[in-house]
Amino acid sequence: MSVRNLPVEELVARALEGNRRAVGRLLTLVERGGTDADEIADLAHQQARGAHIVGITGAPGAGKSTLTGQLTRLLPEMGVAPAVLAVDPSSPLTGGAILGDRIRMDNIAGEGTFIRSVATRGHAGGLALSVPGCVRVFDAAGFDPVIIETVGVGQVEVDVVAAADTTVVVVNPGWGDAVQANKAGLLEVADIFVINKADRPGASDTRRDLELMLDLSHVSGLEDDSGYRPPILMTTATDGEGVAAVWDSVLAHREHLTSSGQLSTRQAARLRYEITNRVEAQLHVEASAAIDRADLSEALSPIKLAAQITDRLLRD
Amino acid sequence: MPDPSTSSPKIRVVLAKLGLDGHDRGIKVVARILRDAGMEVIYLGLRQTTASIVAAAEQEDADAIGLSMHNAGHLTLAPAMLAALDEAELDIPVIIGGIVPDDDVEVLLVTGVAAVLGPGAPAADVVAAVRDVVVS
Ligand SMILES: Nc1nc2c(ncn2[C@@H]2O[C@H](COP(=O)(O)OP(=O)(O)OP(=O)(O)O)[C@@H](O)[C@H]2O)c(=O)[nH]1
Ligand SMILES: [Mg+2]
Repeated sequence: MSVRNLPVEELVARALEGNRRAVGRLLTLVERGGTDADEIADLAHQQARGAHIVGITGAPGAGKSTLTGQLTRLLPEMGVAPAVLAVDPSSPLTGGAILGDRIRMDNIAGEGTFIRSVATRGHAGGLALSVPGCVRVFDAAGFDPVIIETVGVGQVEVDVVAAADTTVVVVNPGWGDAVQANKAGLLEVADIFVINKADRPGASDTRRDLELMLDLSHVSGLEDDSGYRPPILMTTATDGEGVAAVWDSVLAHREHLTSSGQLSTRQAARLRYEITNRVEAQLHVEASAAIDRADLSEALSPIKLAAQITDRLLRD
Repeated sequence: MPDPSTSSPKIRVVLAKLGLDGHDRGIKVVARILRDAGMEVIYLGLRQTTASIVAAAEQEDADAIGLSMHNAGHLTLAPAMLAALDEAELDIPVIIGGIVPDDDVEVLLVTGVAAVLGPGAPAADVVAAVRDVVVS
């Protein structure tokens, strides 16, 4: 029987029992937004199991999907069932998207892995709402870890993985790649650095660049006060070289978060991020409606008019 | 914030090449056509099996599956695909694209394939075929 027309509570109940079709459907509804999405996220929140959330980001083509695919091959062998949320951009012109991350994962992913491709759907704010919702569904359905892949360009894409428990930044060998990552704001969100494509020349230069930048952030006091220094790992994701060490580093980072008490700090920050995005989205809807209702031809200056609309909005 | 009452749901299509041959030009063109029509294409690429396509369609909650075949295996592969979907209790329409002789088109449609598109099908036909099978 098709799960398509089942009510939300029934879908959630089935997802909790491990029904993958129900999980797939729930993700669609969460992505679509609106009241169903809110209800699902809320139900899933009540069933939260605390999966470890891993964000993987980096420049386009850095090898994020290949690396993720290798992780999903390795993890089931260790007895855990990973889920992947692979985010790719939508075409700003047509709203359509070609989601190609699975090509790098499907053939290597281990039994039990659940991979879902997500398009940014134009409105960056939508991603900030839908990703936490999708993660909740995976978590409630018993997947652990939940891996989020986004390309490391664009504020929301970076924010979304930065809200993970462990954020992995993937760079490539070659002059300036670390510098680019720094410019894109990736360095400050990294808990682990991976220099992928280590089969290519220049990997040790990139490592040196990264070490140097970490030293600088140490000097400038940006380094986290628990003394954690992000490790720098080398991988050749295409043949799986070094991937097990990446997972060891994720576990070590998790251990650090737990023992230093930062896990709860991170989780609190993540909740705050989610709440902020929800409130902002709601206010955005209300504000647009209020602006539509207002008479913009009033003789007030735009500054005064905006203040008046805001005042009215907040009073109602 | 997406408003489900005004925007119609995005159509999500899993595109794959079933079987062993290595031509992906046609399927890449189709991927672009569907993207340009505003759909989300989950592109699986070459050398997929019925099992890998079923798994992807289930996880992606696909509205339709597009299969490209150029190796004349359609009369065995297409029914195998439909059977695998049935087995997984997935009710997702399957569209076949590729060189299929007229007589075989009939056979495929009777078997339960939702639509068949020839190699040079115009973009408008490709888009219309997907929209039709998703709605019905
Ligand atoms: N030589 C080499 N190539 C690699 C390695 N890892 C990935 N690649 C190749 O790099 C290309 C991009 O890999 P993906 O895994 O798709 O990279 P990505 O970062 O997910 O790309 P986007 O999602 O498009 O941003 C593919 O052709 C891979 O085969 C590696 O370790 N060495
Ligand atoms: Mg990718």
